Amino acid sequence: MRPRRIRKRGSMLKPRRAFLSAVFLGLPIGLGLFTFRYAEGLSYISSDPNACANCHIMRDELDSWAKSGHHHVATCVECHLPHSFIPKMIAKADNGWHHSSAFTLQNFHEPIMIKERNAAILQENCIRCHADFVHDITVIQVGGNGGEVSCVHCHKNVGHAPTRPTSSMSWIQP
Amino acid sequence: MSNEASEKGFVRFSRARFFFVIAVTAVVTAGIAYLLTNIFQRKQEAKNPYIRFVDVTEDTTDPEPWGKNWPREYDSYKKTSIATSTKFGGHGGSEAMPVEKSEAHPWLTRAFAGYAFALDYRDRRGHAYMLSDQEMTKRVTDRPQPGNCLHCHASIIPTYRRVGNGDVMAGFNALAKMPYQDAHAEVVKTGSLNPTIQGAEQKGVHADGAHPVSCVDCHDPNSMQLRVTRPGFINGIKALMASQGKKDYDPNRDATRQEMRTYVCAQCHVEYYCGPKTTLFFPWNNGLKVEQIEAYYDSYKFPPEAGQTEGHRFYDWKHAETGAELLKAQHPEFELYSQGVHAKAGVACADCHMPYERQGAAKVSDHWVRSPLLNIARACQPCHAVSEDELKSRAETIQARNSALLERGGAALVDMLDTVKAVRTPWDNDHRAAAETAAKEKLAKDEAYAKLAPDDQAKKLKQTAQGILNDQWAEHAAADPQLKAALELQRKAQWRLDFIAAENSMGFHAPQEAARVLGEAIDYARQGQIEALKLMPKK
Repeated sequence: MRPRRIRKRGSMLKPRRAFLSAVFLGLPIGLGLFTFRYAEGLSYISSDPNACANCHIMRDELDSWAKSGHHHVATCVECHLPHSFIPKMIAKADNGWHHSSAFTLQNFHEPIMIKERNAAILQENCIRCHADFVHDITVIQVGGNGGEVSCVHCHKNVGHAPTRPTSSMSWIQP
Repeated sequence: MSNEASEKGFVRFSRARFFFVIAVTAVVTAGIAYLLTNIFQRKQEAKNPYIRFVDVTEDTTDPEPWGKNWPREYDSYKKTSIATSTKFGGHGGSEAMPVEKSEAHPWLTRAFAGYAFALDYRDRRGHAYMLSDQEMTKRVTDRPQPGNCLHCHASIIPTYRRVGNGDVMAGFNALAKMPYQDAHAEVVKTGSLNPTIQGAEQKGVHADGAHPVSCVDCHDPNSMQLRVTRPGFINGIKALMASQGKKDYDPNRDATRQEMRTYVCAQCHVEYYCGPKTTLFFPWNNGLKVEQIEAYYDSYKFPPEAGQTEGHRFYDWKHAETGAELLKAQHPEFELYSQGVHAKAGVACADCHMPYERQGAAKVSDHWVRSPLLNIARACQPCHAVSEDELKSRAETIQARNSALLERGGAALVDMLDTVKAVRTPWDNDHRAAAETAAKEKLAKDEAYAKLAPDDQAKKLKQTAQGILNDQWAEHAAADPQLKAALELQRKAQWRLDFIAAENSMGFHAPQEAARVLGEAIDYARQGQIEALKLMPKK
């Protein structure tokens, strides 16, 4: 009972204005939720590889991943995101922000190239599975900066191949 | 705000705050709406729909109506009118015409002595100019040329079909025999059957005019699928495949889509003979390598002239200085590329010269056909994850090495020509007087000559006498085994040198093959020089 009395007093929010305010705030929330749904925002919480091609840029990567040697053991996020929870969420937010702003504003280099911090995540994930096998290699330091040998420098096709076809041309003889 | 109110969790709203909230929510809502329409647009683009506003047909050579249906491709196609240049090709764009190649490479004028390419040989421009450049080159305006030339420089298939009464091959053969100007008039007469807007009467609207390479030359107007239409290519690839044991090859039926992305270009960017002695053909019966094409030309006999039982061995022209029967390479891009690592890896012409680009979420093949060096990110980086500068320097290193070797070949050829010239000079001195007398006799019967000014008469007389002298020398050279051996070596050397010089990648399409061919060219030129030296007058 008391709050009612207070609300009626002086310059406090009047019911009419409160209703209007609710409408005004509800509009963007509703529109926002619809946009989120329409943009398949929920899919980004999943680890479904198809979500990565939502914005069409990753189409070739997704297609070639499906034919790659790793497709039965690793999805996109298993190589491209850290595996502990907090760093994973940070990387998701970081990449999500960059991908969505870049695709909306269309202001990025093509073909797309991996950023250094993402390359580091990738390398970590290669080693996470293959550590025992490559231990002797990864202890070698390249150059004076203590740089590690990058796995994908040589094995660049293990996840997804270049987007160009490699079928042979029938008029060219061996 | 009273303490009591805030403790209870209520917000005091002043009028100003109220409107501030409205403004903020308005901006946020506008932002979300923008994002929503942006996402909607991308989703639409990803479906890659097109609307056939206009019904284009097999006879629509004008690309403009096609552009109404496929505006993205048409927009980039039109950019072929933009002047571009790389270190070794194209032109700067400030001048109306590209510079003469012979100004940069004087040996070209010596190599092509007596041939139309010595008249006018400029660097290339984009697809948009292919027809108008041909109409205005001195090789066409000052020398009679056959209708064959239009096989590649105009969108000509509807004309072949019309002249051949529905049979493209018959029309192809008919236009081949016409002079260039007459064949050109036929193409203009065919014009373009421009369709009307859908819904309106579907009877085509005819528009006169000839067009350079157009949509219909490579695309099926119903399905937009790639297809080849040029008779020269269809015959040539059939012969090539037959030589590999594949009978009755039809590219439109048997080729993969990726192969078609090379074949459409190979309709024209190839070595060919285009007249006037016979109908245009691609010399691929033995294969695509320089010596395989040479062997085919060496075995090819022209149709016998009146009174002869056997035709003459194939040659493009007789060299004015030496009398050698020489071969002219056109622009064997397809042939050289086929010997390179990119072709071996399954990379098609269009992958580098018309790379896919993204417009929003739509994937479009860039129809601004140009040097990949002008578009390295899209042309090279999809496969080569290296910086643009690095890729450019790799390509230019290859080209610079090829260019140096080519110039060395040019110098070797000029040395050989100088040696033959030295052998010929005493012979010329012995025969010039007789040639001048013969020229006077010949010109005395010429009415046009009598009307010329005295200066022009003297010039014409000199030209005619030199022509007679050249013919006599050629006969003399053909009868002398030692000379003939030298001139055969000139034929081999020049064919190889020109094969790489005329090819439009400065060796990049197949660097090792280009170096091999140039190495042979230099060797043959020096061998020819040695043969000629044996005939030098004893001092």
